[in-house]
Amino acid sequence: MAIERILKDDASEEKGERARMASFVGAMAIADLVKTTLGPKGMDKILQSTGRGQSVTVTNDGATILKSLHIDNPAAKVLVDISKVQDDEVGDGTTSVVVLAGELLREAEKLVASKIHPMTIIEGFRMAAKCAREALLKRVVDNKTNEEKFKMDLMKIAKTTLSSKILSQDKEHFAKLAVDAVLRLKGSTNLESIQIIKKPGGSLKDSFLDEGFILDKKIGIGQPKRIENANILVANTAMDTDKVKIYGARVRVDSMAKVADIEAAEKQKMREKVDKILAHGINCFVNRQLIYNFPEELFANAGVLAIEHADFDGIERLALVTGGEIASTFDNPESVKLGHCKLIEEIMIGEDKLIKFSGVEMGQACTVVLRGASHHVLDEAERSLHDALCVLSQTVNDSRVLFGGGWPEMVMAKAVDELARTTPGKRSHAIEAFSKALVAIPTTIADNAGLDSAELVARLRAEHNKEESNAGIDVISGSVGDMSELGISEAFKVKQAVLLSATEAAEMILRVDEIITCAPRRREDRM
Amino acid sequence: MALAFDEYGRPFIIIKEQEQKTRLRGLDAQKANISAGRSVARILRTSLGPKGMDKMLSSPDGDVTITNDGATILEQMDVDNQIAKLMVELSRSQDYEIGDGTTGVVVMAGSLLEQAEKLLERGIHPIRIAEGYELASRIAVEHLERIAHKFEFGENNIESLVQTCMTTLSSKIVNRCKRQLAEISVKAVLAVADLERKDVNLDLIKVDGKVGGKLEDTELIYGIVVDKDMSHPQMPKQIQDANIAILTCPFEPPKPKTKHKVDIDTVEKFEALRRQEHQYFDDMVQQCKDVGATLVICQWGFDDEANHLLMHRNLPAVRWVGGVELELIAIATGGRIVPRFQELTAEKLGKAGLVREKSFGTTKDRMLYIEHCANSRAVTVFIRGGNKMMIEETKRSIHDALCVARNLIRNNSIVYGGGSAEIACSIAVEAAADRYPGVEQYAIRAFADALDAIPMALAENSGLQPIETLSAVKSQQIKIPTRVMQENNPHCGIDCNDVGTTDMREQNVFETLIGKQQQVLLATQVVKMILKIDDVISAAEF
Repeated sequence: MAIERILKDDASEEKGERARMASFVGAMAIADLVKTTLGPKGMDKILQSTGRGQSVTVTNDGATILKSLHIDNPAAKVLVDISKVQDDEVGDGTTSVVVLAGELLREAEKLVASKIHPMTIIEGFRMAAKCAREALLKRVVDNKTNEEKFKMDLMKIAKTTLSSKILSQDKEHFAKLAVDAVLRLKGSTNLESIQIIKKPGGSLKDSFLDEGFILDKKIGIGQPKRIENANILVANTAMDTDKVKIYGARVRVDSMAKVADIEAAEKQKMREKVDKILAHGINCFVNRQLIYNFPEELFANAGVLAIEHADFDGIERLALVTGGEIASTFDNPESVKLGHCKLIEEIMIGEDKLIKFSGVEMGQACTVVLRGASHHVLDEAERSLHDALCVLSQTVNDSRVLFGGGWPEMVMAKAVDELARTTPGKRSHAIEAFSKALVAIPTTIADNAGLDSAELVARLRAEHNKEESNAGIDVISGSVGDMSELGISEAFKVKQAVLLSATEAAEMILRVDEIITCAPRRREDRM
Repeated sequence: MALAFDEYGRPFIIIKEQEQKTRLRGLDAQKANISAGRSVARILRTSLGPKGMDKMLSSPDGDVTITNDGATILEQMDVDNQIAKLMVELSRSQDYEIGDGTTGVVVMAGSLLEQAEKLLERGIHPIRIAEGYELASRIAVEHLERIAHKFEFGENNIESLVQTCMTTLSSKIVNRCKRQLAEISVKAVLAVADLERKDVNLDLIKVDGKVGGKLEDTELIYGIVVDKDMSHPQMPKQIQDANIAILTCPFEPPKPKTKHKVDIDTVEKFEALRRQEHQYFDDMVQQCKDVGATLVICQWGFDDEANHLLMHRNLPAVRWVGGVELELIAIATGGRIVPRFQELTAEKLGKAGLVREKSFGTTKDRMLYIEHCANSRAVTVFIRGGNKMMIEETKRSIHDALCVARNLIRNNSIVYGGGSAEIACSIAVEAAADRYPGVEQYAIRAFADALDAIPMALAENSGLQPIETLSAVKSQQIKIPTRVMQENNPHCGIDCNDVGTTDMREQNVFETLIGKQQQVLLATQVVKMILKIDDVISAAEF
């Protein structure tokens, strides 16, 4: 008799080999998709959204590409997820992690085809990952104690990160910019205090780091355009009609005269509030919420610069740089900490007027103004810079540094190969496969640069057989070069995260022997 | 079809629109049910044991879950068949009751059904089969009791508990660092356990996760972790020796529940109202300050004004903390949850040695750690891992391990794992079968065969020859006389990890006695229920 159907109508079930194939295919497809963006000569992708406006993004950033894909294959979703996590955790290496996981699965597929049990493969991968990590740890350089050298390291890392992005033309300029910005944070990883303002126009080279703080707002009419030695009150308070917050209160009047009275009282209330604010002895007032015309006029009369509707981040940053506190009540002027800065002025960038606070007390925050030919360029530049900033801020905390250009992969592959030779049992096949997957990364970098990858990787491997080699792929000259001379460095934290997450993801996908897909939730057609 | 007669002898049809409804009766119905039950069991069969595979489940919204946990797989499968739903229930009840062994129970039920089908074909009445199974399950449970061992543990001697948790974890993806996770689970359970009453309230253990880092970074925190940050960005990020006021009232003007209106008709009233409103905020903050609180944790939001006042008076505060977390904080810090500002007193404050905010990664994710609490009876297991699915799976694995540790504290008897307990029961049931006269004898023998299914599946999943391995282990169990008084050796199981010995005592593979007993009982119950069904009426498609 026919086997009863136990799942719902639209749900499907895939078992054994088929399930494994489906996940391999999905994962490899994703890896191949982003593979061409890897390395300094990697290509970009155009993403067109299906939403209204069909907005277009041009990017090289693995996480951004994968985030915008609509994927049905569950295994592919795992890879998208690790890329996202990599982005959140260390900010860079989002492409590498996916490519490595894809290569691991590609190798695993061959092993499965030759009848090795997935569990054995996983075991081998785990041993290999552990060994690879130890190999890296042995070769890390830590220059934490030497400030001069450490800064050099940061510069190198920033340059390496940026060289695969749109900013590669001006990487020197931007690397300096990013390092300066991160060093100002003094070890904090809170990138919120680095503000990035994008203004179309000019060229990427015109981008600059401003030591002070730039607020993308206009100064109210009739108020001073330039203030020296400003005392700033940063506030978050309603400056429209102050609502009565007691529940159920309402105004009920029976004559026009009384309406006028109440209105006057309201006005009086606002005037008092403004007076209280003025009593702080300030000459600049920045509010998160709107400032209505009436109080604005009062401020203008008092010769105080009033800036309305600064967004929440803006307020927080401003409070941070000027050293003031965000105030919401104004009864005790003597105990509210005011912010200070040497000069507030209106500046022009392109066609827009911005307010610049310079000579601020605390140098933690800063602003990077990006200039560029179009919105797409600016967006991509922002993402690239963000990657660099993330990596740098993580490196400041964990100052271990490795060389780049396929060097770490070769070091790991060498160690893993040795392990494979000494391991008995079927596991050694899996360990060998792991090393092959590692070598795939320098291969891809070379391929993307249009070089003869087979030749280069073979030479690289030969170089690495010598003790303490620093050889990596020099994409610019198309040969094998010494990475320490070329100044190509990467953060240890990034490489470690790539290694661990990729192995974890590959392991997860390998363990699956059945895929059950539920019927998609029916959505009502909104016609 | 079903024709009935009313009191006047007129015939009428009971089931409306008969031809549109499908209906199965008799043996056909039973066979259909059995085959449905077995197909559910077949899905889970490959997940059993340390070398079991995972399943990937894609939910109706496209979210992906990868898991090895039987209860989770069945829960997320879109099951439509009624009998299959019974199996889902079965796994769920094992999950609620014991927390572990959710896969095993379904596999066992499946194999019981398989055996029952053979007996049905030989013409044995389903009720007799059910009764035979019942008898056999009793024998098995008693035998389990006999072969069980008790072991001692204490605050300092947790090794045996850890070993048992490790057995549970070894079948999950987290087996890479099972030792560490098992220790965390045992320590967490011991921290909240009431050893006098032998009870553990698992609600006191919060399992929380955040993507990033690696699995090895998972830690046990003697305190609470809340996914919130300070309400004002400039409040201090670290507080030593905090006195915590735990509030469930918002920092807003009171909202009486009765309907009311405040009418304002003169300027004076307007002024008065304004002053009063101002006073409210001031009073609230002052009341907190007066009782000596140095940190306010509130279930509701703050008005901007109140927020600034708090900041101004140097009183850090956290807002929008969930109800469950609030309770945990109250338990951990020994404070009382205060519903009104007026009722705030110094005794009701909670105490914590250290409260700090910690940020993660490159996004602005921040979490609040409340540590060194006055009463460390609430703990948090904080999981880190490479991706979201990993965290979710780790959460489930930790839950299983916690349940196992709890069961051991309730009842410190263990049986050996690796299928050894099932084999021992199978032998005992087989031997007992001959003593029963009547048809039940066949059912009891079938039960013994069904018990073999679990070691068989274990061997199969580990890449061993199932029949060969099982028969070898079985003969070992009977042959080797042990130092203990029993004539059999119930410690031999399937050597899944290829260690080289079948003695589960040496491999340190333990399972809880109550878990195993419950598996046998629940599986038998459900099978009995399925066997008794002889008519399936399904409604017509709409």
